[in-house]
Amino acid sequence: MERPSALQRLRAALFASPLDGLITVVLLAALLAGGQALLHWLVFKAQWAVIQVNSTLFAVGRYPLDQQWRLWLLTTLLAGATGLSWGLLRALPRPDRRAVLWPTNDRLAVALLSGLGVLVPLVLQLSAAIALRWWLITALVLACRWLAGRWGAALPAIARRGWPLIWPLLYLLGMTLIAGGFGVPAVSPYRWGGLLLTLIEACFAILLCFPLGVLLALGRRSSLPLLRWLSVLYIEFIRGAPLITLLFLGQNILGLLLPGGFTPDRVWRAAWVLTFFAAAYVAEAVRSGLVALPPGQMEAARALGLPVYQAMLKVVLPQALRVALPAMVGQFINLLQDTTLLSLIGLFELLGTARAVMANPAFIGKDAEVYLVLAVLFWCCCAALGLGSRALETRLNTNPQPA
Amino acid sequence: MAPPVTPWWRNRRLIPWLVQAAVGLLVLVLVAFLVGNLVRNLAAAGLLLTWRWIGNPAGFDIAGSWLPFSAEQPYWWALLAGLVNTLRVVVIGLIGASIVGTAVGVASFSGNALLRGLARVYVELIRNIPLLLQLVFWYFVVFLALPGGANAIQWPGLVLAQSGLYLGMPELVNGVWQAPIRLSVEFAALLTGLIVYISAFISEVVRGGIASVPKGQWEAARSLGFTPLQTLRRVVLPQALPVIVPGLNNQYISLAKSSSLAIACGYADLYSVAETTLNQTGRAVEVMVILLGAYLAIDLVISALMNGRNLAVQLRSR
Repeated sequence: MERPSALQRLRAALFASPLDGLITVVLLAALLAGGQALLHWLVFKAQWAVIQVNSTLFAVGRYPLDQQWRLWLLTTLLAGATGLSWGLLRALPRPDRRAVLWPTNDRLAVALLSGLGVLVPLVLQLSAAIALRWWLITALVLACRWLAGRWGAALPAIARRGWPLIWPLLYLLGMTLIAGGFGVPAVSPYRWGGLLLTLIEACFAILLCFPLGVLLALGRRSSLPLLRWLSVLYIEFIRGAPLITLLFLGQNILGLLLPGGFTPDRVWRAAWVLTFFAAAYVAEAVRSGLVALPPGQMEAARALGLPVYQAMLKVVLPQALRVALPAMVGQFINLLQDTTLLSLIGLFELLGTARAVMANPAFIGKDAEVYLVLAVLFWCCCAALGLGSRALETRLNTNPQPA
Repeated sequence: MAPPVTPWWRNRRLIPWLVQAAVGLLVLVLVAFLVGNLVRNLAAAGLLLTWRWIGNPAGFDIAGSWLPFSAEQPYWWALLAGLVNTLRVVVIGLIGASIVGTAVGVASFSGNALLRGLARVYVELIRNIPLLLQLVFWYFVVFLALPGGANAIQWPGLVLAQSGLYLGMPELVNGVWQAPIRLSVEFAALLTGLIVYISAFISEVVRGGIASVPKGQWEAARSLGFTPLQTLRRVVLPQALPVIVPGLNNQYISLAKSSSLAIACGYADLYSVAETTLNQTGRAVEVMVILLGAYLAIDLVISALMNGRNLAVQLRSR
């Protein structure tokens, strides 16, 4: 049989029946009208001065100007580590596949990354010095990616296996750089803001809610009734309450629950509430993975003479976490989105900064521009997390389905 | 020779009890520590638990309250008015999100590639943008920017004006719109935001449910002469519902909890009334108990109703 031509396929997809044709025409007309109106607004009506003037405020809040080199240093380190980790991931092929230096997905990602890295500073009309820094950082990611992808396989095994430990180390180093300590002058959390604060809160909560969630999930599946009931009580209590009420609780009641003087700063109080909130949801995700695992795995591990904790760590959890991965990343994406709620309790993360900027009489009525930029930013972050999770999922899948 | 004695730390019956006793003790000590601090701090601030304040006049107004409310009425009536406002947006939101979500979910199985693609774009676009951002967008960018008076957007039976949404047969009287049903822009913004956001998630639930029905069912029904719509209604959906309903339950509860973001678009729901109450009275613990209790009750009611539905739609095997 001959393959249908492109025109025939298009016709089958869009104009299979009169009704289909009508739907297509109406949708196309609506899309064209909407697209044209949006383009017209973007090019002729929108005024982006509000973003350009406040770009530092949106990026780091009121972080002192003479200390911002610390953030640039941290960004550079993160870019290097990202490139190296990415390259190493490609340098170590799956057992059933040949190592490819630049698979199709990576080429797409590189094109997207370099496009964004070059264009965004230009579109925002940042000053030449800052734009140049962003270009250098983008180049650094790609260079590290190439270096690690090319020669990563030649590294000794211990370096390859120990490499992921760089991330917790970088986190600690990053927090020192941001907050100060060890000879670096301190910067109070009140001065953190914008994207910086959003990322600090999200990273802190994501890192800590994961171990807490695993413990809670194990507690909920435990054979000890007291552990089980305490875990169930905690998980269901947290899941039954809206996050905003818990944040409110953190701001108004946490201070009453601790002895005077021990209350952490508002920024950290919010971070802890986010952590405890997300832990309950991560616990449910991990539990779904544990439930999916046949009980024979635990029994077999025990029969081989592994003590319970080793059977858990080496046999049960690695398999359960692999099953739970998509649900867990889904929760992390939710967590990143939930940081916007901090603006309702008076913190100046991205949305809080936006509201503060718009309260300035000079920028009244520029809501559409600001919210659009924030939406694009959040969309890119969340979509990237989702894509990364899907890539990791196929990579971790040790017995792929025959196609 | 005497049998080898098991040392106590390897005793299989003793250890679980010891672990539980240790955990129980730890939790007890922690709770005692926290409650002790709470009582001491509350006593120092002169705010020991009492419910007498709840009968005092509230002293603030609730815009767009469904229950008749004025500033001299007591706090408990204000909180009740807030709860009614929350329930109103939750119930209407549930219905709206279900309809839109089902439509989008079904559209992602359409034979029309454009419709299918648009359904995917809708879901991917909406799910990756925070709800709060969407709510402020709907409120500040869309609904507050509506033209007023005679310039209002007029459709048959519906008028969108800056002063609100008018349903029924709206007419302009002395430059003011009058209609049997008027929705405030705050309510409309919250409702639109919630419906758009939750329907994206519901459409994924519906899509998963429909995808779980084997393809042969479609083909068999079509070859028996059913139209596509009949196939969906009589053959596919009844088999997809047992998969869909538990997922819907989660999304409905999520909608009820998300409605607490109403404060971002100026709608006086339970949370926003409670926050005002707390700011005026300083009764943090009591207000918190009311808030958590109310949302827990709403969640439980939704779960109970959906469990009833769940039993009803499960396939009965002979």
